[in-house]
Amino acid sequence: MATQDTYNYTVVRQFAIMTVIWGIVGMLVGVLIAAQMAWPVLNFDIPWLTFSRLRPLHTNAVIFAFGGCALFATSYYVVQRTCHVRLFCDKLAAFTFWGWQAVIVSAAVTLPLGITSSKEYAELEWPIDVLITLVWVAYAVVFFGTLVKRKVAHIYVANWFYGAFILTIAVLHLFNSAALPVSLWKSYSAYAGVQDAMVQWWYGHNAVGFFLTAGFLGIMYYFIPKQAERPVYSYRLSVVHFWALAFTYIWAGPHHLHYTALPDWAQSLGMVFSLILLAPSWGGMINGIMTLSGAWEKLRTDPILKFLIVSVSFYGMSTFEGPMMSIKTVNALSHYTDWTIGHVHSGALGWVAMVSIGAMYYLIPRLFGRKIHSVKLIETHFWVATIGIVLYITSMWISGVMQGLMWRAVNPDGTLTYSFVESVQAMHPYYIVRFLGGAVFLSGMLVMAYNLWKTIAGARPAVAAIPAPAH
Amino acid sequence: MADFTSEFWSWFIIAGAALGIVSMFALNRWMSGGPKEGGKPKTMGHVWDEDLQELNNPLPRWWLNMFYITLVFGIGYLALYPGLGSFAGLLKWSEVGEYNKEVEAADKKYGPLYEKYLQEDLRALAGNREAVKTGERLFVNYCTTCHGSDAGGGPGFPNLRDRDWLYGGDPQTVKASIMNGRIGVMPGWGAALGQEGVFNVAEYVLSLSGRGTNVNAAASGREKFQQLCVACHGADGKGNPALGAPNLTDGIWLYGGSQRAVMESIEKGRQGRMPAHRDFLGEAKVHLLAAYVLSLSAEKSPKP
Repeated sequence: MATQDTYNYTVVRQFAIMTVIWGIVGMLVGVLIAAQMAWPVLNFDIPWLTFSRLRPLHTNAVIFAFGGCALFATSYYVVQRTCHVRLFCDKLAAFTFWGWQAVIVSAAVTLPLGITSSKEYAELEWPIDVLITLVWVAYAVVFFGTLVKRKVAHIYVANWFYGAFILTIAVLHLFNSAALPVSLWKSYSAYAGVQDAMVQWWYGHNAVGFFLTAGFLGIMYYFIPKQAERPVYSYRLSVVHFWALAFTYIWAGPHHLHYTALPDWAQSLGMVFSLILLAPSWGGMINGIMTLSGAWEKLRTDPILKFLIVSVSFYGMSTFEGPMMSIKTVNALSHYTDWTIGHVHSGALGWVAMVSIGAMYYLIPRLFGRKIHSVKLIETHFWVATIGIVLYITSMWISGVMQGLMWRAVNPDGTLTYSFVESVQAMHPYYIVRFLGGAVFLSGMLVMAYNLWKTIAGARPAVAAIPAPAH
Repeated sequence: MADFTSEFWSWFIIAGAALGIVSMFALNRWMSGGPKEGGKPKTMGHVWDEDLQELNNPLPRWWLNMFYITLVFGIGYLALYPGLGSFAGLLKWSEVGEYNKEVEAADKKYGPLYEKYLQEDLRALAGNREAVKTGERLFVNYCTTCHGSDAGGGPGFPNLRDRDWLYGGDPQTVKASIMNGRIGVMPGWGAALGQEGVFNVAEYVLSLSGRGTNVNAAASGREKFQQLCVACHGADGKGNPALGAPNLTDGIWLYGGSQRAVMESIEKGRQGRMPAHRDFLGEAKVHLLAAYVLSLSAEKSPKP
């Protein structure tokens, strides 16, 4: 029934299901490497299983496989429904699904084999980078093609964020991955020395800003008002925070390179714009949370809304912590410690994963025309996930601050009080707690998989007719 | 080196940063108009996907103030510190300048302590508990990566606790090793000896510490040894501290004493490198490190 009178749910369904599967895979690898940090014997002296090779696999799997599939699924769903048209070009949309899965599978094979460009969050070698480029161009054509043929005059706010995410990631990927191939599986970066570092972190921080933030704000702007059945709090706030966020994020990368060979002026600009980023980020949080005004009581009974609202709260917390950590004097303590890992995971688990999970609980039953198997299990998942996050980030905060303080402690004779290995030893108990936190969060994902499986088992794919736009 | 290849790029950065900050002020001013807080919010009048709507609540005042404060802070910071292209900032602060200031302060504070130790004889210092403690802390930070936390060494990195010294164990020599570093090079003989020759020489070398098992091979290895190896290791294989050539008769093996490791040393040669610390740490700290290293082997009574 692939007619122009219905929405293309097929590709949304595919991406939505893969979101859950890749989420479990990526987090499982994360839990394994967290265990390796606590018990190095779990490296098993097998090269493919060592921390150094599995860590990029974990980051790629959770960011680009789990997060990526969530963004594809929701953006395809949202852009169709808020434009009141079927997705532009079904074939191209299908290509983005299979192409993206091919990227993920190649990552899962090449990274454990040690094939890497060694650029953080862009480790994949050039043939895979070429495939990513093709998929991304197709994604842009499908998304913007759908926007162009929309039946409503105004473009809904969620689509601004999805659009900014798609455009900026294209630019970031092209510039950062520019490289000279020397063989099929080896290339060298087009940049050298500190310029390479700067391009890397311009990319790295904007992968956070546009992939993990702008894209997921798109999710927030559709699924919170839908689930709460309330209008978005403030159109004006969305205008201000959208443009301010898009402009400011681009400058923030140098805060990853404080007190390095990067010129002073670049470090200062990175810090200043990171601080200015606080208000634009909180604009998004306010708009998400305040959308609930007049419907606060729903938070008590609706676990999907709990996921969504708590995710936005974690977003607010991380985007307060981030600007603070970008201040040079704070960074002098926090840099290179576990504090950074804690910060990343309060964003990654608290914000990105929670908002995606909430959206999937909303989306997947609708894509199959079913009601969720068990609301109670969503509630369970919510509390399990929250406890996991709290264990994870508090252990990393304590361990990180302790690490930073141990590294800078000085004896009366001017020598360092602690050797490096002593700080490693002191972190051991916190590594165990971190592993437990991750394992708890992962177990919540398994509850989700079970609940969704019971929901869709035997169900027929839903076919949704396109309603006439309201006037 | 200047950070900018031309003034154009400096102005490019200044323009981008200034334009951004000014536009954010303008955007905030522009969007602060319209209905005030406390009024009844109205929707924008658009509906998407059956029931999605937008209210047009005003920007929260506290949020707007916070935004302005960060913008003003940013302007102040960029006036005081380097940031706007090649403008150095009113404070003339620089990362290198701050580093130099901190090092100067540390030298002033701790310098006299180390200078005092520098005047003392190394053997005496090796018995001074305070000095050895400081030396150990320095060792733990600068030397353990290669020599291990307990100074016990590892393959390629000498054990500093035994009484075996590659370059000699008198105090001045130990200090010189740390000050100037050492480069211990053994050439590879694989091409000259061939597989069998390497095996034979290894058998002979092992026999020097009573371990060779193949007498014939050792005998033929001895001939080669006398031609190729004596220049450094001596006719009796006892080595030469002036060159850092190891004693091959004492059962202590820098690169491992298995037959395989010994054969690999002969076939491929070895490149040992201890970095110089004269410029990095300065003589006073090296003096204390030497005292600590000497104290390690002084702990045990000399072999009879």
